[in-house]
Amino acid sequence: MSKKGAEILIDTLKEQGVDTLFGLQGGSVIPVFDVLYDSDVRTIATRHEQGAGHMADGYSRASGKTGVCLTTSGPGATNLVTALATAFMDSVPMLAITGQVKSHLIGNDAFQEADMTGISRPVTKHNYLVGDVRDLARIICESLFIASTGSPGPVLVDLPVDISTAEHDGDIDREKNLPGYQPGDEVHPGQVKRAIDAINAAEKPVLYSGGGTITSDACEELTKFARKANIPVTTTLMGLGAFPEEDPLSLRMLGMHGTMYANYAVQDCDLLVAVGARFDDRVTGKLEAFANNAKVVHVDISPASIGKSVAVDIPVVGDAKRVLREFAKNAEFKDRKPWMDRIKEWKERFPLTYDREGDSVKPQYVLEQIHELTGGEAIIATDVGQCQMWAAQFYTYMKPRTFLSSGGLGTMGFGLPAGIGAKVGCPDKDVFVIAGDGSLQMNIQELSTAVEEKLPVKIALLNNGYLGMVRQWQELFFNKRYSHTSLSKGNPDFCKLAEAYGCSGIRVDKKDQVRPALDSAMEINDKPVLIDFRIDPEENVYPMVPAGEAIDRMLSGMA
Amino acid sequence: MNKHILSALVENKAGVLAHIAGLFSARGFNIDSLAVGETEDPLFSRMTIVVEGDEAILEQVRKQLGKLINVVKVNDFSGTPLVERDLLLVRVNCAGGRRSEILDLVNVFRAKIVDVGRKDLLVEVAGTEQKVEALLDLLRPFGIKEIARTGRVALKRSLN
Repeated sequence: MSKKGAEILIDTLKEQGVDTLFGLQGGSVIPVFDVLYDSDVRTIATRHEQGAGHMADGYSRASGKTGVCLTTSGPGATNLVTALATAFMDSVPMLAITGQVKSHLIGNDAFQEADMTGISRPVTKHNYLVGDVRDLARIICESLFIASTGSPGPVLVDLPVDISTAEHDGDIDREKNLPGYQPGDEVHPGQVKRAIDAINAAEKPVLYSGGGTITSDACEELTKFARKANIPVTTTLMGLGAFPEEDPLSLRMLGMHGTMYANYAVQDCDLLVAVGARFDDRVTGKLEAFANNAKVVHVDISPASIGKSVAVDIPVVGDAKRVLREFAKNAEFKDRKPWMDRIKEWKERFPLTYDREGDSVKPQYVLEQIHELTGGEAIIATDVGQCQMWAAQFYTYMKPRTFLSSGGLGTMGFGLPAGIGAKVGCPDKDVFVIAGDGSLQMNIQELSTAVEEKLPVKIALLNNGYLGMVRQWQELFFNKRYSHTSLSKGNPDFCKLAEAYGCSGIRVDKKDQVRPALDSAMEINDKPVLIDFRIDPEENVYPMVPAGEAIDRMLSGMA
Repeated sequence: MNKHILSALVENKAGVLAHIAGLFSARGFNIDSLAVGETEDPLFSRMTIVVEGDEAILEQVRKQLGKLINVVKVNDFSGTPLVERDLLLVRVNCAGGRRSEILDLVNVFRAKIVDVGRKDLLVEVAGTEQKVEALLDLLRPFGIKEIARTGRVALKRSLN
């Protein structure tokens, strides 16, 4: 039976388990959307392609399934670039299908033509330009495989419109042919043994776990290992939720805005066991002064990640789940009382804190209340900047895939679409978007998508009338010269704006209104609700390591 | 700064070269030379890349190359016994009755004359970079009109 390319595309996606996609119509993908018109694949039509990309990303991060987005050629495709780069930096599996002009027009500066394989090359794990309808099914199978295995990442398939409409008669080739791609799962037993010996010998060890632990679904193994061996655990921003933060062994997040006790512990430890983390500059601060007393064990699925910035004593290439299982099996319990006492003392002396007096709305208080209200069960999707750091510090993460944030690229405007994608992927979970007034306006059009889809995401807008993190740097390092960071003169009335879109809007000006507003937001189940928290405009994120300083040289913010 | 010879076995497909070149350019590396050709199996090509740079960064590039989906295998040939060849075509001025002097040099270097004009000779030489450079140095005083040279190709020596 003869089939059109567009039918082969959707059939193959379905065979591979894709039941949802996020997309935006346009000239080069009309034949594909035509197939979706009476398909049972759920299609979320977004208002901007960047929104579609971040939704697919948020869907992946929250559900663990590969998110798929579909846009037209030219501007539709270039609008995806930020979303691809965001997913690429954070190793999020994603498939982006972009329409392309007719094959014979490629390279001709045709209407809405852009060289998408060229443009997306540095921000994708791999990409394809489909040259023949007979290759289409195989390419889709390969793309989903590449996106979701090894160190995951986004894959782009550029699909000329004449291939979507081409008829294919005969057998459909789905056989993957990837001679250069072996997502290795072999773990070197000798290296594991060396690591375990070092772990068992350590007097002052710290476990430093990143997003890779969540990606490889290894959080149970991590927790088991840490508890069995009695090792304190700090996580990166991407690793939040991998280890329950209420556990006495938790040091919470490390790095630029991490806890003081996590940073002190890392600087003082004699063994640093890094798992699925990449020694990012926001984690290490001044590299030459980072964990100088420690032997370093680095577990990562990608050899390219090991030794990239920090010299590693014991590299272990392999999947975190398998390696941590070995660690858990062979590690011995050790009391390490002096080390544990020291950490306990640091925790008591330097807790995360803020000024709890007065009746102004403190963003930290808002996050604490959201945590209390949801019992740590909600999915938190954040924008980037101060709101992101407060969300990382003052909500207590207990489970993996509950903190969604653009860690590597730091993409403002990520929170709302990622939260929408998460709600689509995990409809039974409460989803809170933690937004800033700067970030939210970068993709605010997606409120319309959420309304259309009746998705009751809760948007906690931490509105300070500034690009707050930049203003904080200006305050601390640029003599309070607030160049182009104030938004208050142009900001809309966000509640009215939300209502105009068909959402609910609640405004909060005082501390005692915080909890009632959150309670009433939880009652709304058929549309998004935006709470405009008018927070202290000059509230800062502390602790803070000034850029380029050693991570134990923290500003506490407390007089 | 050492010169490294990287040899990559890659799928013989459109776009592979752009992926590889991109890894170097994104890190500010200039590729000294690059040679690409089909292998004994037409589904695969071998790329020989000569590049100069800091060891640690090159190690990163080598690992990143290995991560590319279309790259099957990458070897860094530095420090291993190998056979390497550059090919040079050079058009050299032979006016003023100096043709036989040039012919003598060509013979000593086991190079070839591949085209003869009234005022110039086209010389072909293959060999290691040092040999090619040495001949070029000796030809320079005659007046070099044009040069075309390939990137290096290299294979490991057999271990007997």
